[in-house]
Amino acid sequence: MNKLKIFTNGFIKENPALVLILGTCPALAVTTSAMNGLGMGLATTFVLVMSNAIISLLRNFIPDKVRIPAFIVIIATFVSIVDLLIQGFVPALAESLGIFIPLIVVNCIVLGRAEAFASKNTVFDSILDGLGMGLGFTLALFVMGFFRELLGNGAILGHKFIEGDGILIFVLAPGAFLVYGFTIALMNLLPKKKSKETENVKTE
Amino acid sequence: MSMAKKETLIRLSISLLVICIVAAATLGYVYNVTKDPINKTKNAKIENAIKKVLPNFKGEINSIRIMPENGADSLTVHFAYSNGKLFGAAVETYTDIAFSGRFTLMVGFDANGKILETEVLEMAETPGLGDKIDKKNSDFPLQFKDKDPATFKLKVKSDNGDVDAITAATISSRAFCDAVERAYLTFLKAKELQHE
Repeated sequence: MNKLKIFTNGFIKENPALVLILGTCPALAVTTSAMNGLGMGLATTFVLVMSNAIISLLRNFIPDKVRIPAFIVIIATFVSIVDLLIQGFVPALAESLGIFIPLIVVNCIVLGRAEAFASKNTVFDSILDGLGMGLGFTLALFVMGFFRELLGNGAILGHKFIEGDGILIFVLAPGAFLVYGFTIALMNLLPKKKSKETENVKTE
Repeated sequence: MSMAKKETLIRLSISLLVICIVAAATLGYVYNVTKDPINKTKNAKIENAIKKVLPNFKGEINSIRIMPENGADSLTVHFAYSNGKLFGAAVETYTDIAFSGRFTLMVGFDANGKILETEVLEMAETPGLGDKIDKKNSDFPLQFKDKDPATFKLKVKSDNGDVDAITAATISSRAFCDAVERAYLTFLKAKELQHE
Protein backbone atom coordinates (compact mmCIF):
# COMPACT_ATOMS: atom_id res chain seq x y z
CA MET A 1 0.00 0.00 0.00
CA ASN A 2 2.78 2.38 1.00
CA LYS A 3 4.75 1.57 -2.17
CA LEU A 4 1.66 2.15 -4.27
CA LYS A 5 1.21 5.53 -2.61
CA ILE A 6 4.80 6.53 -3.48
CA PHE A 7 4.16 5.52 -7.07
CA THR A 8 0.80 7.26 -7.52
CA ASN A 9 1.80 10.39 -5.58
CA GLY A 10 3.06 12.10 -8.74
CA PHE A 11 -0.05 11.46 -10.82
CA ILE A 12 -2.51 13.87 -9.19
CA LYS A 13 -1.78 14.74 -5.55
CA GLU A 14 1.74 16.04 -6.21
CA ASN A 15 1.74 16.26 -9.98
CA PRO A 16 5.07 18.00 -10.69
CA ALA A 17 3.87 20.24 -13.54
CA LEU A 18 0.34 21.06 -12.36
CA VAL A 19 0.47 21.02 -8.54
CA LEU A 20 4.13 21.57 -7.62
CA ILE A 21 4.56 23.93 -10.64
CA LEU A 22 8.00 22.51 -11.45
CA GLY A 23 9.42 21.99 -14.93
CA THR A 24 7.39 24.93 -16.22
CA CYS A 25 9.88 25.71 -18.99
CA PRO A 26 9.50 22.45 -20.95
CA ALA A 27 5.80 22.35 -20.11
CA LEU A 28 5.35 25.67 -21.92
CA ALA A 29 7.96 25.26 -24.64
CA VAL A 30 7.48 21.80 -26.12
CA THR A 31 3.75 21.19 -25.74
CA THR A 32 2.88 22.47 -29.21
CA SER A 33 1.65 18.99 -30.08
CA ALA A 34 0.57 15.96 -28.09
CA MET A 35 3.38 13.82 -29.50
CA ASN A 36 6.03 16.38 -28.51
CA GLY A 37 4.61 16.44 -24.98
CA LEU A 38 4.67 12.67 -24.80
CA GLY A 39 8.26 12.49 -26.09
CA MET A 40 9.57 15.08 -23.66
CA GLY A 41 7.64 13.46 -20.80
CA LEU A 42 9.01 9.99 -21.45
CA ALA A 43 12.60 11.21 -21.91
CA THR A 44 12.33 13.07 -18.59
CA THR A 45 10.84 10.01 -16.89
CA PHE A 46 13.79 7.91 -18.01
CA VAL A 47 16.34 10.40 -16.66
CA LEU A 48 14.34 10.85 -13.43
CA VAL A 49 14.26 7.12 -12.70
CA MET A 50 17.98 6.65 -13.38
CA SER A 51 19.19 9.76 -11.54
CA ASN A 52 16.91 8.98 -8.57
CA ALA A 53 18.35 5.47 -8.41
CA ILE A 54 21.99 6.60 -8.55
CA ILE A 55 21.56 9.47 -6.10
CA SER A 56 19.73 7.22 -3.66
CA LEU A 57 22.54 4.71 -3.99
CA LEU A 58 25.14 7.39 -3.19
CA ARG A 59 23.09 9.19 -0.52
CA ASN A 60 25.35 8.09 2.33
CA PHE A 61 28.53 8.90 0.44
CA ILE A 62 27.66 12.46 -0.61
CA PRO A 63 28.27 14.98 2.21
CA ASP A 64 25.34 17.29 2.93
CA LYS A 65 27.25 20.50 2.20
CA VAL A 66 28.14 19.61 -1.38
CA ARG A 67 25.02 17.65 -2.25
CA ILE A 68 23.64 20.17 -4.78
CA PRO A 69 26.77 20.30 -7.02
CA ALA A 70 27.10 16.52 -6.67
CA PHE A 71 23.46 16.00 -7.75
CA ILE A 72 23.86 18.36 -10.70
CA VAL A 73 27.02 16.60 -11.89
CA ILE A 74 25.29 13.22 -11.69
CA ILE A 75 22.17 14.46 -13.50
CA ALA A 76 24.12 16.28 -16.23
CA THR A 77 26.37 13.26 -16.77
CA PHE A 78 23.35 11.07 -17.07
CA VAL A 79 21.59 13.31 -19.56
CA SER A 80 24.74 13.50 -21.72
CA ILE A 81 25.08 9.73 -21.68
CA VAL A 82 21.45 9.28 -22.71
CA ASP A 83 21.90 11.89 -25.44
CA LEU A 84 25.03 10.20 -26.89
CA LEU A 85 23.59 6.69 -26.66
CA ILE A 86 20.36 7.67 -28.41
CA GLN A 87 22.25 9.52 -31.15
CA GLY A 88 24.59 6.60 -31.68
CA PHE A 89 22.33 3.60 -31.48
CA VAL A 90 18.72 4.73 -31.99
CA PRO A 91 19.00 7.46 -34.65
CA ALA A 92 15.26 7.25 -35.38
CA LEU A 93 14.46 8.24 -31.80
CA ALA A 94 17.12 10.97 -31.90
CA GLU A 95 15.30 12.46 -34.88
CA SER A 96 12.12 13.03 -32.91
CA LEU A 97 13.51 13.62 -29.40
CA GLY A 98 16.88 15.16 -30.29
CA ILE A 99 16.19 18.74 -29.30
CA PHE A 100 14.46 17.85 -26.01
CA ILE A 101 17.15 15.70 -24.44
CA PRO A 102 19.69 18.43 -23.52
CA LEU A 103 16.77 20.43 -22.06
CA ILE A 104 16.24 17.80 -19.36
CA VAL A 105 19.31 19.00 -17.43
CA VAL A 106 17.63 22.32 -16.67
CA ASN A 107 14.38 20.65 -15.66
CA CYS A 108 14.11 21.30 -11.95
CA ILE A 109 11.85 18.29 -11.37
CA VAL A 110 14.90 16.05 -11.64
CA LEU A 111 16.91 18.05 -9.10
CA GLY A 112 13.77 18.55 -7.00
CA ARG A 113 13.13 14.82 -6.63
CA ALA A 114 16.82 14.17 -5.96
CA GLU A 115 16.73 16.71 -3.14
CA ALA A 116 13.29 15.96 -1.72
CA PHE A 117 13.09 12.20 -2.13
CA ALA A 118 16.05 10.24 -3.48
CA SER A 119 18.55 11.66 -0.97
CA LYS A 120 16.43 10.37 1.92
CA ASN A 121 14.92 7.11 0.70
CA THR A 122 15.89 3.62 -0.43
CA VAL A 123 16.83 2.82 -4.02
CA PHE A 124 13.63 0.93 -4.76
CA ASP A 125 11.37 3.66 -3.34
CA SER A 126 13.34 6.29 -5.28
CA ILE A 127 12.87 4.40 -8.53
CA LEU A 128 9.13 4.17 -7.84
CA ASP A 129 9.01 7.88 -7.03
CA GLY A 130 10.91 8.76 -10.23
CA LEU A 131 8.61 6.61 -12.30
CA GLY A 132 5.45 8.05 -10.74
CA MET A 133 6.61 11.67 -10.94
CA GLY A 134 7.81 11.16 -14.52
CA LEU A 135 4.54 9.63 -15.63
CA GLY A 136 2.57 12.42 -13.92
CA PHE A 137 4.71 14.97 -15.76
CA THR A 138 4.20 13.07 -19.02
CA LEU A 139 0.43 13.04 -18.47
CA ALA A 140 0.36 16.81 -17.85
CA LEU A 141 2.46 17.56 -20.94
CA PHE A 142 0.40 15.22 -23.08
CA VAL A 143 -2.89 16.85 -22.01
CA MET A 144 -1.50 20.35 -22.64
CA GLY A 145 -0.06 19.32 -26.01
CA PHE A 146 -3.34 17.67 -26.94
CA PHE A 147 -5.41 20.83 -26.38
CA ARG A 148 -2.85 23.20 -27.93
CA GLU A 149 -2.64 21.05 -31.04
CA LEU A 150 -6.42 20.65 -31.18
CA LEU A 151 -7.12 24.40 -30.95
CA GLY A 152 -4.00 25.76 -32.61
CA ASN A 153 -3.57 23.41 -35.56
CA GLY A 154 -6.96 21.72 -35.76
CA ALA A 155 -5.32 18.35 -35.46
CA ILE A 156 -5.45 15.34 -33.13
CA LEU A 157 -2.12 13.50 -32.75
CA GLY A 158 -0.87 14.93 -36.05
CA HIS A 159 -4.04 14.17 -38.04
CA LYS A 160 -5.60 17.40 -39.29
CA PHE A 161 -9.38 17.56 -39.39
CA ILE A 162 -9.74 21.16 -40.63
CA GLU A 163 -8.35 22.97 -43.66
CA GLY A 164 -5.68 25.61 -43.12
CA ASP A 165 -4.66 27.03 -39.75
CA GLY A 166 -6.40 26.77 -36.39
CA ILE A 167 -6.50 29.42 -33.66
CA LEU A 168 -2.81 30.21 -34.05
CA ILE A 169 -2.34 31.84 -30.65
CA PHE A 170 -2.55 28.41 -29.01
CA VAL A 171 0.60 27.23 -30.77
CA LEU A 172 2.41 30.45 -29.83
CA ALA A 173 3.84 31.27 -26.41
CA PRO A 174 0.77 33.15 -25.05
CA GLY A 175 -1.39 30.13 -25.86
CA ALA A 176 0.99 27.98 -23.84
CA PHE A 177 0.35 30.16 -20.78
CA LEU A 178 -3.41 30.12 -21.40
CA VAL A 179 -3.59 26.34 -21.67
CA TYR A 180 -1.22 25.92 -18.71
CA GLY A 181 -3.41 28.16 -16.55
CA PHE A 182 -6.62 26.38 -17.49
CA THR A 183 -5.06 22.95 -16.94
CA ILE A 184 -3.88 23.99 -13.45
CA ALA A 185 -7.32 25.42 -12.72
CA LEU A 186 -8.94 22.17 -13.80
CA MET A 187 -6.50 20.24 -11.66
CA ASN A 188 -7.36 22.36 -8.62
CA LEU A 189 -11.01 21.33 -8.92
CA LEU A 190 -10.18 17.66 -8.33
CA PRO A 191 -8.76 17.58 -4.78
CA LYS A 192 -11.26 20.21 -3.57
CA LYS A 193 -14.13 17.93 -4.52
CA LYS A 194 -12.58 15.11 -2.57
CA SER A 195 -11.99 17.15 0.58
CA LYS A 196 -15.59 18.39 0.50
CA GLU A 197 -16.81 14.82 0.31
CA THR A 198 -14.73 13.81 3.29
CA GLU A 199 -16.00 16.82 5.22
CA ASN A 200 -19.56 15.79 4.47
CA VAL A 201 -18.84 12.32 5.71
CA LYS A 202 -17.39 13.74 8.92
CA THR A 203 -20.34 16.01 9.64
CA GLU A 204 -22.76 13.23 8.96
CA MET B 1 38.69 21.95 16.48
CA SER B 2 40.65 23.24 13.54
CA MET B 3 41.70 19.69 12.77
CA ALA B 4 38.08 18.59 12.48
CA LYS B 5 37.30 21.53 10.23
CA LYS B 6 40.20 20.69 7.94
CA GLU B 7 39.08 17.11 7.75
CA THR B 8 35.57 17.95 6.72
CA LEU B 9 36.89 20.35 4.11
CA ILE B 10 39.12 17.63 2.74
CA ARG B 11 36.27 15.14 2.94
CA LEU B 12 33.98 17.50 0.98
CA SER B 13 36.57 18.12 -1.71
CA ILE B 14 37.46 14.48 -2.05
CA SER B 15 33.89 13.27 -2.40
CA LEU B 16 33.11 15.91 -5.01
CA LEU B 17 36.36 15.12 -6.80
CA VAL B 18 35.59 11.42 -6.86
CA ILE B 19 32.13 12.06 -8.30
CA CYS B 20 33.54 14.37 -10.97
CA ILE B 21 36.31 11.92 -11.93
CA VAL B 22 33.87 9.05 -12.22
CA ALA B 23 31.49 11.24 -14.23
CA ALA B 24 34.25 12.42 -16.57
CA ALA B 25 35.60 8.92 -17.08
CA THR B 26 32.14 7.54 -17.83
CA LEU B 27 31.43 10.36 -20.26
CA GLY B 28 34.75 9.85 -22.02
CA TYR B 29 34.10 6.15 -22.36
CA VAL B 30 30.56 6.63 -23.69
CA TYR B 31 31.81 9.31 -26.10
CA ASN B 32 34.42 6.93 -27.52
CA VAL B 33 31.94 4.09 -27.84
CA THR B 34 29.34 6.23 -29.59
CA LYS B 35 31.69 8.30 -31.78
CA ASP B 36 31.78 5.90 -34.72
CA PRO B 37 28.06 5.08 -34.81
CA ILE B 38 27.20 8.80 -34.59
CA ASN B 39 29.54 9.65 -37.49
CA LYS B 40 28.14 6.74 -39.46
CA THR B 41 24.56 7.91 -39.07
CA LYS B 42 25.63 11.45 -40.00
CA ASN B 43 27.31 10.27 -43.22
CA ALA B 44 24.40 7.99 -44.01
CA LYS B 45 22.09 10.95 -43.52
CA ILE B 46 24.05 13.03 -46.04
CA GLU B 47 24.17 10.22 -48.59
CA ASN B 48 20.48 9.67 -48.07
CA ALA B 49 19.77 13.38 -48.52
CA ILE B 50 21.77 13.47 -51.79
CA LYS B 51 19.65 10.61 -53.09
CA LYS B 52 16.48 12.40 -52.06
CA VAL B 53 17.29 15.77 -53.64
CA LEU B 54 18.50 14.21 -56.91
CA PRO B 55 15.61 11.92 -57.82
CA ASN B 56 16.14 9.42 -60.68
CA PHE B 57 19.90 9.93 -60.56
CA LYS B 58 22.32 7.05 -61.09
CA GLY B 59 26.01 7.69 -61.56
CA GLU B 60 29.03 9.22 -59.90
CA ILE B 61 29.30 11.91 -57.25
CA ASN B 62 32.23 14.34 -57.11
CA SER B 63 32.23 16.60 -54.04
CA ILE B 64 34.06 19.92 -53.65
CA ARG B 65 34.07 22.49 -50.88
CA ILE B 66 33.73 26.13 -51.88
CA MET B 67 33.29 29.49 -50.14
CA PRO B 68 30.03 31.30 -50.89
CA GLU B 69 29.97 35.00 -51.85
CA ASN B 70 28.11 35.87 -48.67
CA GLY B 71 28.56 33.62 -45.69
CA ALA B 72 30.95 32.60 -42.95
CA ASP B 73 31.63 28.99 -43.87
CA SER B 74 32.24 26.95 -46.98
CA LEU B 75 29.54 24.88 -48.65
CA THR B 76 29.89 21.35 -49.99
CA VAL B 77 28.76 20.92 -53.60
CA HIS B 78 28.19 17.31 -54.61
CA PHE B 79 28.33 17.31 -58.44
CA ALA B 80 26.46 14.40 -59.98
CA TYR B 81 27.55 12.91 -63.30
CA SER B 82 25.80 10.20 -65.25
CA ASN B 83 27.83 8.74 -68.17
CA GLY B 84 30.32 11.59 -67.94
CA LYS B 85 27.64 14.26 -68.41
CA LEU B 86 26.71 16.71 -65.67
CA PHE B 87 23.33 15.68 -64.28
CA GLY B 88 23.14 18.31 -61.56
CA ALA B 89 24.34 18.86 -58.03
CA ALA B 90 23.30 18.44 -54.42
CA VAL B 91 24.43 21.43 -52.37
CA GLU B 92 24.84 21.31 -48.60
CA THR B 93 23.91 24.81 -47.55
CA TYR B 94 23.16 26.70 -44.34
CA THR B 95 21.65 29.88 -43.01
CA ASP B 96 22.50 31.97 -39.97
CA ILE B 97 19.36 34.11 -39.93
CA ALA B 98 17.05 31.39 -38.61
CA PHE B 99 15.06 31.70 -35.39
CA SER B 100 17.11 29.21 -33.34
CA GLY B 101 20.66 29.15 -34.60
CA ARG B 102 22.06 27.79 -37.83
CA PHE B 103 20.12 25.23 -39.82
CA THR B 104 21.49 23.14 -42.64
CA LEU B 105 19.75 22.12 -45.80
CA MET B 106 20.45 19.97 -48.87
CA VAL B 107 19.26 21.44 -52.16
CA GLY B 108 19.27 19.53 -55.45
CA PHE B 109 19.70 21.37 -58.76
CA ASP B 110 19.64 20.08 -62.32
CA ALA B 111 22.50 21.01 -64.69
CA ASN B 112 20.82 24.33 -65.57
CA GLY B 113 20.23 25.40 -61.98
CA LYS B 114 16.56 24.46 -61.66
CA ILE B 115 15.66 23.34 -58.12
CA LEU B 116 14.76 19.66 -58.01
CA GLU B 117 14.15 18.94 -54.32
CA THR B 118 15.10 20.27 -50.89
CA GLU B 119 15.76 18.31 -47.72
CA VAL B 120 16.33 19.67 -44.19
CA LEU B 121 19.46 18.17 -42.58
CA GLU B 122 19.57 19.77 -39.14
CA MET B 123 17.44 22.44 -37.57
CA ALA B 124 16.10 23.50 -34.20
CA GLU B 125 13.21 25.78 -35.22
CA THR B 126 10.22 26.08 -32.89
CA PRO B 127 8.13 22.90 -32.88
CA GLY B 128 4.71 23.57 -34.42
CA LEU B 129 5.78 26.88 -36.02
CA GLY B 130 9.21 27.25 -37.62
CA ASP B 131 9.68 23.51 -37.97
CA LYS B 132 7.18 23.65 -40.83
CA ILE B 133 10.20 24.36 -43.07
CA ASP B 134 10.62 20.57 -42.91
CA LYS B 135 8.65 18.57 -45.47
CA LYS B 136 7.56 16.23 -42.70
CA ASN B 137 5.58 19.02 -41.05
CA SER B 138 4.09 21.05 -43.90
CA ASP B 139 3.94 21.62 -47.65
CA PHE B 140 5.99 24.83 -47.43
CA PRO B 141 9.18 23.41 -49.08
CA LEU B 142 7.20 21.92 -51.98
CA GLN B 143 6.71 25.35 -53.56
CA PHE B 144 10.45 25.43 -54.41
CA LYS B 145 10.21 22.26 -56.46
CA ASP B 146 10.96 22.66 -60.21
CA LYS B 147 11.50 26.43 -59.83
CA ASP B 148 14.39 28.18 -61.56
CA PRO B 149 15.85 30.81 -59.21
CA ALA B 150 16.76 32.86 -62.30
CA THR B 151 13.05 33.66 -62.68
CA PHE B 152 11.63 32.65 -59.29
CA LYS B 153 12.58 35.28 -56.69
CA LEU B 154 13.84 33.53 -53.54
CA LYS B 155 12.26 35.96 -51.09
CA VAL B 156 9.03 35.85 -49.12
CA LYS B 157 6.09 37.82 -50.52
CA SER B 158 6.31 40.51 -47.85
CA ASP B 159 9.89 41.15 -49.10
CA ASN B 160 8.61 41.41 -52.72
CA GLY B 161 9.60 37.84 -53.56
CA ASP B 162 7.68 34.85 -54.87
CA VAL B 163 7.66 32.61 -51.79
CA ASP B 164 4.57 32.07 -49.61
CA ALA B 165 5.83 32.38 -46.03
CA ILE B 166 4.65 30.04 -43.25
CA THR B 167 1.95 31.75 -41.17
CA ALA B 168 3.49 33.15 -37.97
CA ALA B 169 6.98 31.94 -38.94
CA THR B 170 8.26 34.56 -41.38
CA ILE B 171 11.75 34.45 -39.86
CA SER B 172 12.10 30.72 -40.50
CA SER B 173 10.69 31.14 -44.02
CA ARG B 174 13.15 33.95 -44.76
CA ALA B 175 16.00 31.79 -43.45
CA PHE B 176 14.94 28.93 -45.70
CA CYS B 177 14.99 31.25 -48.74
CA ASP B 178 18.41 32.56 -47.65
CA ALA B 179 19.81 29.01 -47.50
CA VAL B 180 18.40 28.07 -50.92
CA GLU B 181 19.69 31.27 -52.48
CA ARG B 182 23.17 30.68 -51.03
CA ALA B 183 23.07 27.16 -52.48
CA TYR B 184 22.01 28.46 -55.89
CA LEU B 185 24.71 31.16 -56.13
CA THR B 186 27.38 28.76 -54.91
CA PHE B 187 26.24 26.11 -57.36
CA LEU B 188 26.63 28.58 -60.26
CA LYS B 189 30.06 29.64 -59.01
CA ALA B 190 31.23 26.04 -58.55
CA LYS B 191 29.91 25.05 -61.94
CA GLU B 192 31.87 27.85 -63.58
CA LEU B 193 35.07 26.88 -61.77
CA GLN B 194 34.63 23.20 -62.56
CA HIS B 195 33.56 23.26 -66.17
CA GLU B 196 35.34 26.03 -67.94
